[in-house]
Amino acid sequence: MSEMRVRNYASAISEALCEAMDRDKDIFVTGIAADYKSGLFGSTTEVIERFAPDRIFDAPSMENAMAGIAIGAAAVGKRPVILHPRADFMFLALDQMINLASKWRYMYDGNAGSVPVVMRGVIGRGWGQGATHSQSIQSVVAHFPGINVIMPTFADDAKGLMMTALKVDTPTIILEHRLLFNIEAEVPEGEYYVPFGKARIVTEGTDVTVVTSSFMTIEAQVAIEALKESGVSVELIDIRSIRPLDTKTIIESVKKTGRLVVADTSWAFCGVSAEILAVVSESAFSALKAPPIRIGLADVPAPVSKPLEDAFYPKASDIARAISTLMNAKDKDFEGVEFVHDFKGPY
Amino acid sequence: MNKELTIFQNMVRIRVTELKLAELYKEQEMRTPTHFGIGQEACAAGVCEALSDGDQVYSHHRCHNHYLAQGGSVFKLGAELYGRVDGCSGGRGGSVHLTARDKGFIISSAILGQTLACATGTALAFKMDKKQAIAVTFFGDAAVEEGIASESFNYAAIHKLPVLYVCENNLYSTESPRNIRIPDDGDLCERARAFKLEAAQVDGNDVYAVYEATQKAVDHIRSGKGPYFLELMTYRWLEHVGPFYDHELDRSYRTAEELQEWKKNDPVLNAEAWLEKNGVPLSQIRSIHDEVMQKVNADLDRAKDSAWPEVSTLYERV
Repeated sequence: MSEMRVRNYASAISEALCEAMDRDKDIFVTGIAADYKSGLFGSTTEVIERFAPDRIFDAPSMENAMAGIAIGAAAVGKRPVILHPRADFMFLALDQMINLASKWRYMYDGNAGSVPVVMRGVIGRGWGQGATHSQSIQSVVAHFPGINVIMPTFADDAKGLMMTALKVDTPTIILEHRLLFNIEAEVPEGEYYVPFGKARIVTEGTDVTVVTSSFMTIEAQVAIEALKESGVSVELIDIRSIRPLDTKTIIESVKKTGRLVVADTSWAFCGVSAEILAVVSESAFSALKAPPIRIGLADVPAPVSKPLEDAFYPKASDIARAISTLMNAKDKDFEGVEFVHDFKGPY
Repeated sequence: MNKELTIFQNMVRIRVTELKLAELYKEQEMRTPTHFGIGQEACAAGVCEALSDGDQVYSHHRCHNHYLAQGGSVFKLGAELYGRVDGCSGGRGGSVHLTARDKGFIISSAILGQTLACATGTALAFKMDKKQAIAVTFFGDAAVEEGIASESFNYAAIHKLPVLYVCENNLYSTESPRNIRIPDDGDLCERARAFKLEAAQVDGNDVYAVYEATQKAVDHIRSGKGPYFLELMTYRWLEHVGPFYDHELDRSYRTAEELQEWKKNDPVLNAEAWLEKNGVPLSQIRSIHDEVMQKVNADLDRAKDSAWPEVSTLYERV
């Protein structure tokens, strides 16, 4: 067992990149703002110090071709890591990722090799990011077979999933929530791999299953803390990977608890939470003691104005209320229960 | 003369294969939308002959010519169109998704402009690894209209990447003529030069001119001077997708007379005329045709006899 140290999410990613880059000379990092001193919330600071300018370098505004360039480099043995400081700009890259990278192995029957491109995109709220600088695009990309869609929540998973992304043969999109970068956890030293398609049971419980992605896991932890006195036993499952999805862990948990809340960082409509409810309906329908509850963004584009934004984003209080509803215990309101973040502007 | 004969033989192999495939396609047993390259063979044969081992080629939806010019197997191409397990992509990709990695043909893609970026990325990898190899992509004139083309040219120029962009300008995008796609005085080479690429326009139906122009481009790229844009003027004989002539289907976007004019500028006949003028007896030219045809026919017969993929493999290699 390697030594554990406390690291925040950003430095865990940086550590993963550096260790992978030491091990594999074919890894390089690029994208808009890739070598800025701010280091994408600090997640590339050490990479820049150690590998600029040969293996981490800036790029023009060209998300579309950059994805194809990454594929073309990967086709001859490179492992490009492409950065998108805001995942909304990744839409321009999706033609390449969906129409080519995700199909590369299958469509050429394995005869054209593989294109292990890693694409990182920052998602989520913090300081009025607004409608086009905050979107969580996981369900859009996870819809297509042939691409891994990963959403680490905790710093140790951020490291372990990044190192896995830099080792597998299939393309991977990693979505990182802005509010996670400063959150600390114990992170193993050295090579550390967390497999794709394996959910993390954050807390075990017997009354209600709460399935979450990314930052909503943090809000769920706050909700569970607020419910401590009520005696309700919550099983919190952080899915970590959207595709492949660990349906087994979710189904087993719901079979045990009979109650399900899903909280995703995006909209419920056609979203990851819809998929999870579908999986549970198909495979654990008879175990359900109450209709499952989905928690997602208000079904509108993200507003900037603070009171509107506050109402737009679901929080720990919404999760706590949902759990209480399922337990028929609605005596408490949970107003103001939410994760208090220290995110500062200007962006 | 050996080089010229090799180029000619490769071009004939493409012509004969495409004609035979178009004939067989009408039997409705190749269930894959196919963009035949008849009339444009000199582009592929001339460019690919000027490349070296280690160079890597990408192509677009009209890709058979380039796959074959790089030495891709006729048998595997035929099997791919029949959806058979021996196809170059196991029957999974179809006519527009070919690969022959052992021949330096990475892939073809049906999405316009996609491989301009891919070739740029392969060239970036070559430069990072200090390799002498160059990346090449073929594409049609419509691909230059895509934003990805501009992004790729810009990036290749900034990094002086070893990439050759080969535009086969056949004057039409599906059925859309040039005048709805480019200003009257528009010029693709000028556009490329605006991005600081070296550029040249060449008669794409003169295989030896294409070969010479490509040699020049390749020398430029290999000497570290950066990317090169070749515009090869040519003409597709058949409909955009499918085995028929447009006039056979009463399409009016171009006339049978226009086609006849271009057929007088047939790349295969042009090369034959050049060879004859330079002392190659007609009998030798005819025997090249005959030998190629026998081999192609045998390969395509064998392709049709190839097995279907096992349905149990449906979920494999995602």
